[in-house]
Amino acid sequence: MTRSPVRAIARGVLLGLLFLAAVVAVWEGAKALGGDPWRFPDGKGGETVYVPPLKWPIVNDLALPHVWKIADALAGPVQREQAQTLAGFLVAAAIHTGQEALFGFLLGALLGLALAAGFVHSKLAERAFMPYVVASQTIPILALAPLIAFAFGNGVFGIVIVASYLTFFPVAIAQLRGLTSPDPRALELMRSCAATKWTIFWKLRMPASLPYLFSALKVAATASIVGAIVGEGNPGGSQFGLGRAILNFNEQYTSAPEKLWAAILAASLLGISFFLAVRLAELVALRGRPASGQA
Amino acid sequence: MTVQGKSVVSVLGVNKVFESAGGRTTALEGIDLAIGPGEFVSLIGPSGCGKSTLLRVIGDLTSPTSGTVTVNGKTARQARQDRDYGIVFQAPVLFDWRSVQANVALPLEVKGVSGADRQRRVQAMLELVELKDFARHYPYQLSGGMQQRVSIARALALEPSILLMDEPFGALDEMTRERMNAEVQRIWQQTGTTVVFVTHSIPEAVFLSSKVVVMSPRPGRIVRVIDVDLPRPRNDDTRETARYFELITEVRETLRGRWSGEGAAKASGAATSVASMERTQAEGAVG
Repeated sequence: MTRSPVRAIARGVLLGLLFLAAVVAVWEGAKALGGDPWRFPDGKGGETVYVPPLKWPIVNDLALPHVWKIADALAGPVQREQAQTLAGFLVAAAIHTGQEALFGFLLGALLGLALAAGFVHSKLAERAFMPYVVASQTIPILALAPLIAFAFGNGVFGIVIVASYLTFFPVAIAQLRGLTSPDPRALELMRSCAATKWTIFWKLRMPASLPYLFSALKVAATASIVGAIVGEGNPGGSQFGLGRAILNFNEQYTSAPEKLWAAILAASLLGISFFLAVRLAELVALRGRPASGQA
Repeated sequence: MTVQGKSVVSVLGVNKVFESAGGRTTALEGIDLAIGPGEFVSLIGPSGCGKSTLLRVIGDLTSPTSGTVTVNGKTARQARQDRDYGIVFQAPVLFDWRSVQANVALPLEVKGVSGADRQRRVQAMLELVELKDFARHYPYQLSGGMQQRVSIARALALEPSILLMDEPFGALDEMTRERMNAEVQRIWQQTGTTVVFVTHSIPEAVFLSSKVVVMSPRPGRIVRVIDVDLPRPRNDDTRETARYFELITEVRETLRGRWSGEGAAKASGAATSVASMERTQAEGAVG
């Protein structure tokens, strides 16, 4: 009945690779139909040119560089005259950003859990604070990030706060729903054996909430990376990380679009690895339960 | 009530009124009921007669508007705090993240029984409901009848002096239901616990009970208490005896407000409410 986590992950990776191959096929296929002329060195100093039949600006070499151009750029130096490759630079940047995002994720998830636990035990607290929780998410993070940097300083801590700001909301909302999900009769059952609120929370509400919690954590995991990147991109936010790299490569876009694309690739790989880590935790935490196989 | 001195459950002058935006509903009115130790008492009546509400009042899951409930010489609240109750609902209400044995262990965990004691008690309960081989299964791997047996094992885990059962077999098919009835009788005889059993089914009530409490709706009242004198243990043959059919007829006629045999005079006071019960049923209103 229950699939082993390892097999499930292996299947996921395989499907992911297939999907990636499909994306590359569509990408290059579109460029073959409507992109800029393809130029290959012919080995004799000249070049062979293939001219696509149509002209779609959206897939020209500036908007959508060739996949191998991005691969070349990854293997090449990050800036002229530098020893470090772009790939190495991006890995270091992703680790830096990943750490900030991880702390933001943990902080935000804890805050979300605490809010939900508070709300489920006090209708008054929910009525009083829920509007502010919702309102907090209507403020664009771009507007808020500089304020947070101002309040907490231009360090890693400010970036962590921005990441947690995007993380706590989905966790709080889903967890509140999860904590209130038990059948009223299950609560009566606990009351009939004189269970305290504390016992009811840990033996009934918390385990019942886990499927809801993990759905929210998957949203929160990717949101925390967006938060960390936005936090780094803040004026004076950070000298390191993917956020700073994305801003820098943005400025160089007209001369080297493939560098920005490489940075985007790094950011999405980071997001996917966060997502998969949560999924793995979910498979372990929910093993034995019916219908725990959904993503 | 005559047996009040040695009652396990004593309900005196209980009224229960629900206030809602739509107005007041009198769920229970003037309920007096005494249940002796080891008795098996069924509450039967049409939907909306307050039989589940009465069960919940006895178990302190809701409070009466007025009147008193005494359980083992204590208030119902104190009895609940002392874990005198086991409860079984119509749905098994098992925790799907817990295995069968972990579900049965739940009340023991809540009470703080640990280690070997808990293990032993869980084993004994699973043996009682004949599910020893399914200890490590998860609820979704069991049939409806088996799930309900797990919930009975859980309810009995703390050796409660009173077992409250709220239409426990209402969701099961007739065959399974009859098998479960025999099983409950066996468990009741083995444990000697007092049972309060809410049901819609006349045959079920007669087969299981030592007393059948017939109720009428709006307001919920006790129409009559019928003693069931069928010999124990009752089995499939019991279901074919003349006395069994007589008792079924007696309960049915009482429910319809047409009982005219001995004891009919006692019930005359309820005649109007029974008439109103039939009217309500005709209107198709349910509670």
